[in-house]
Amino acid sequence: MKEHRFTSLILAAATQYLLPLLLFLSVDILLRGHNKPGGGFMGGIMGASALALFFMAHDARSVRRILRIHPRYLFAIGLLAAAVSGLLPLFFGKPFMTGLWWDRQLPVIGMVGTPLLFDVGVYNVVVGVIMTIFLTLMENR
Amino acid sequence: MLPAGNPQRSSRRRFLIPRGTEAWGWAVASIPIALSVFFIRYIGPVADGWAFRFGLDWFPSLGVSFSFYLDGLSLLFALLITLIGALVVLYAGAYMAEEKHSGRFFVYLLAFMAAMLGTVLADNAITLFLFWEMTTVTSYLLIGFNHREAVSRAAARQALLVTGGGGLALLTGLVLLTQVSGESEISALLLQGEDVKAHAAYPAILTLVLIGAFAKSAQVPFHFWLPNAMAAPTPVSAYLHSATMVKAGIYLMARLHPVLGGTPAWEAALTTVGGLTVVAGAYMAVTRTDMKQVLAYSTVGALGLFTLLLGVGSPSAVAAALLYLTAHALYKGGLFMVAGILRHETGIGEADALGGLWRAMPLTALAGGLAFLSKAGLPPFVTFLAKEETFAATLSAGLSTPLSWAITGAVLLVSISFVAAGAIVGILPFFGRRTRPDGDHREVSFTFFLGPLTLSLAGLAAGIFHKPLETWILSPAAAAVLGAPPDIHMTLLPHADLKLVLSGVAVAAGLIVYRLWSHRFRTVVSRLDVSDRMGPEAAYNFALRSVRFAGLLVGCRLQNGRLRQYLLLVTVAALALVGGPLLQMGIPRIGSAASAYPHELGLAGIMLAAVVLVTTARSRMTAIAALGALGYGMTLFFFLFSAPDLAMTQLGIETLSVILLVLAIYRLPSRSRFIGSERRLLHGAAALTAGAAVTVLMVHVLSRPATDRIGGYFLENSYRLAHGKNVVNVILVDFRGIDTLGEITVLSLAALGVYAILRLVPRGEKSRNERSAS
Repeated sequence: MKEHRFTSLILAAATQYLLPLLLFLSVDILLRGHNKPGGGFMGGIMGASALALFFMAHDARSVRRILRIHPRYLFAIGLLAAAVSGLLPLFFGKPFMTGLWWDRQLPVIGMVGTPLLFDVGVYNVVVGVIMTIFLTLMENR
Repeated sequence: MLPAGNPQRSSRRRFLIPRGTEAWGWAVASIPIALSVFFIRYIGPVADGWAFRFGLDWFPSLGVSFSFYLDGLSLLFALLITLIGALVVLYAGAYMAEEKHSGRFFVYLLAFMAAMLGTVLADNAITLFLFWEMTTVTSYLLIGFNHREAVSRAAARQALLVTGGGGLALLTGLVLLTQVSGESEISALLLQGEDVKAHAAYPAILTLVLIGAFAKSAQVPFHFWLPNAMAAPTPVSAYLHSATMVKAGIYLMARLHPVLGGTPAWEAALTTVGGLTVVAGAYMAVTRTDMKQVLAYSTVGALGLFTLLLGVGSPSAVAAALLYLTAHALYKGGLFMVAGILRHETGIGEADALGGLWRAMPLTALAGGLAFLSKAGLPPFVTFLAKEETFAATLSAGLSTPLSWAITGAVLLVSISFVAAGAIVGILPFFGRRTRPDGDHREVSFTFFLGPLTLSLAGLAAGIFHKPLETWILSPAAAAVLGAPPDIHMTLLPHADLKLVLSGVAVAAGLIVYRLWSHRFRTVVSRLDVSDRMGPEAAYNFALRSVRFAGLLVGCRLQNGRLRQYLLLVTVAALALVGGPLLQMGIPRIGSAASAYPHELGLAGIMLAAVVLVTTARSRMTAIAALGALGYGMTLFFFLFSAPDLAMTQLGIETLSVILLVLAIYRLPSRSRFIGSERRLLHGAAALTAGAAVTVLMVHVLSRPATDRIGGYFLENSYRLAHGKNVVNVILVDFRGIDTLGEITVLSLAALGVYAILRLVPRGEKSRNERSAS
C-alpha cells in the first residue's frame, strides 16, 4: 500500500492550529454536558474527529506522536475511570453507582462529582476506541 | 518447562537466603500471613459463641448485598485458607524459580485465595455463588497455567466445565432457596430449616445444591476432573486440590446442614454418593504410579469420606468430618509439596522410578516421612484422632446395623488406601530401593522444604495439643453446623476397643498393599479397570465432542464469513418475528404530506435520492459518500426538530463513519459486484420489506399518545437528585449509568477485537515462521 496522504498544504497548515482549538472545544463539550447539550460521548466523538482531521492532513505517525501513548491505553484508562466512579460511593456506604457531589463550584469546570468522572471515562473510551481502530486500519499494511 | 535438576543452577542456588522468585514468594506471602493474623484475632470471640456479620448493600432492590459472616465454621476454613496459603506461596516461590511468568502465577494464586475466602465468608447467597464461580475461574487459570501444553488446556477446560456446570445448578438451587424462605442471607436462612424442609420445592433445592457441591468436591460421578487437574503446577495441586477448593463443596454442605440436612433424602444422597466416592478413590489411588495421581485419587477418597460423615449427620460424625478435614489439609498439602519437590529436582513423577533419595535430601525425606506417618494415622498425629473419631461415629451413629457396618467397611477400606498412598509418595522415593545410579541430587533450599515440613509438623503438633485445637477451633466449627457444641472426647491414650483394632488393621493392611504395590499388581488391576472407557469421563468426552460437532454443523451454515448473508439472515428473521403482528395492526392514518414544510420535504427528497445512489452506485467511494449524505440529512432533521444532543452526536458519528469506511474500503479489492442478479433481487426484496416494516412500526409509534411517565420522572428529578439540567446527559451518566458502563465496555472490546484481528494475528504468524526457520 502506498503512503497514505491527502497532500493539501493548506489543510496540513490549518490543522496545526485547528487541532488544539477543536480539542479544547471537545473538552468544553465534555465539561458542559451536565447542564447544556454535550457530554462525554459527544465530546469524545468531537475529539476523535479532531484527531481524524489532523490525521488526514498528516499521517498516522504524527497522530501517534500527539497522543504519546497508544490509544488502547486511553480506553483502558477511560474504563477504569468509569469503574472507579461507580465504586467510589461504596466507600461512603452508598450503593454502587450512586452519584457523589462535592458541594463546591469550581471555576470553569463547575460542579465536581462522580458523574463527571464517569463522563471523563466515557470521553476517553470513545477517543481511545476510535483512534485504536483508526491507527490499526492505517498502520497495518 | 521445568529443567530436571540442572547442576549448574543448583550449585549456584543458595540454601538459606532466598533470592529472585523465592524472595518474591516471601514478599507475597506477607499478604496471607497478614490475613491469617486478622482471622486469628477472631478465634477467642468466636469460641465464646460470637458470630460476626459485616457488609454493604450492593443491589438492595434485588436482595443482593455484599455481606460476610464469620462463625466457627467459616473461621476454620478461613484459617486453613490463609495459613496454608502462606506456605503455598512460599513454596511456589521456590517451585517457580525458573518460570518466566511467576508474577502471573502469584496473581492468579492470590486471586484464587480471595475468591476462596469470599466463598467461605459470604453471607448473602448470591455473593456466595459469585465467589464460588470466582474460584472456578481462577482455578481454570491455575490449572491451565502451562497453557502451551494441550494436556493442561484440556484439564483446565474440564475443571471449568464440570465445576462451572455444577455452579449453575447451585445458583438455581440458591435462588429457589431464597425464594422459598424469603431470606437471602445465609445467617438468617439457618433459622428457617424446618420451613424449607417442609416445602414442596425442597427436593429440587436439595438436588441442585448437592449437584453443585458434588461437582466442586469431586464426588462420583464428577470425580474425574480432579486427577486430570494434576496437570497444574504442584503448588496449585497442594493448595486447590487438597486444602481448599475441593473442600468448598464440603463447606457448603456443612454450612447448609441446618437448612437442608437431616432428612432421609439428605442422608441417602450423601451416604450413597460419599460411599461410592470413598470406594472409587480408595481403589484408584493405589492403581496409579504418578505420585500426584495417587494423591489426587486419595483426595477423592477423603472428600468422599467427609461427604459420607456429613450424611451420617450425628454430632460425632460432623465433628469427625471437620477434624479429619483439618488433618487432611495438613498432610495432603505436605505430601503434594513433597511430590512437587521430587518432580522438580529429578524430573520424574512416577513413584516407582525413584528410590534412596533420603541421603541426598534428608530434610525433604523427613517432611515426606512425617507426612506419611500423619496420613497413615499413627499416634500422636492428629489424623490418628480423626480416624478414631470417624470410627466412633460410624460405629455408634444410631444407624441400622448393616448400614452402619457397610459405612464402617468403606471407612476401613479408604484408611487402608490412605496408608498405602502415603507410603507410595512419602516413603518409596526416599527409602525404597534405588533404581537408577543418579547421584547429583542435593537438598533443596530452605524455602522449598519449609512448606511440607511445617505442614507435617503441624499435623504432629495438632495431635499432641489436641485439647486447645478442640476448644478453640473445632468445637465452635461443629457448633456452627449442629447448633450446639458437640460432645467430643479426643484422647491420644489408646483404649483397647474396636476402634483401635480397626485403626491397627488399616495400618497393617495398608502396609501390605504397599509391599504388594508392584508393577505386576498394577497391570493386573488396571486391566480389570473399565472406568477409563466406560466411566463418567467417557460421557464427558462424548458430550464435548457432540457439542463441537453440532457447533461445526451450525457454524458452517450460519457463520460462513459473508457479511451480506448475516445481514440477510438477521433481517429475514426479524421480519418473520414481527411481520405477522404488524400486518394485523394495519396502517393508521396520520397527517398528510401537505402539512409538512417545503424545506422538510426537500430534505426528505435529498435523503431519498441518497438512498437510490447508495444502492446503485458503481464505485464504493460514491456509495460511501451517498451514505454520508443520508446521515447528514438525518442530522438536519434532528436539528429541525430541536434535538441538539442527538444532532451533534449524529453529526460526529456520521463524519467518523465515513472516514472509517473509506479507510476500510481502501484495503479491499476494487470490484464492486460480488453476487449475481437473482441474489441481488432477493437482497433488495428483503431490504425493501424491512424498510416498509420499520416505516409501519414508526407510524404506529407516532400515532399513539405518548405515555410519558418515565420522561416525567427524569425531568422532575434530573436537577433535584442528579444536579444536572441536561436530562439526556444525566440519564446517560447517572440514572442509567450502568447501561452506559456496559456500552463503553462493549465499545472497548470491539476496539480490542479490531486491534487483535488486524494486528496480533499476522505478527504471531510471522514469529512462528521465524521460529520454524531458525
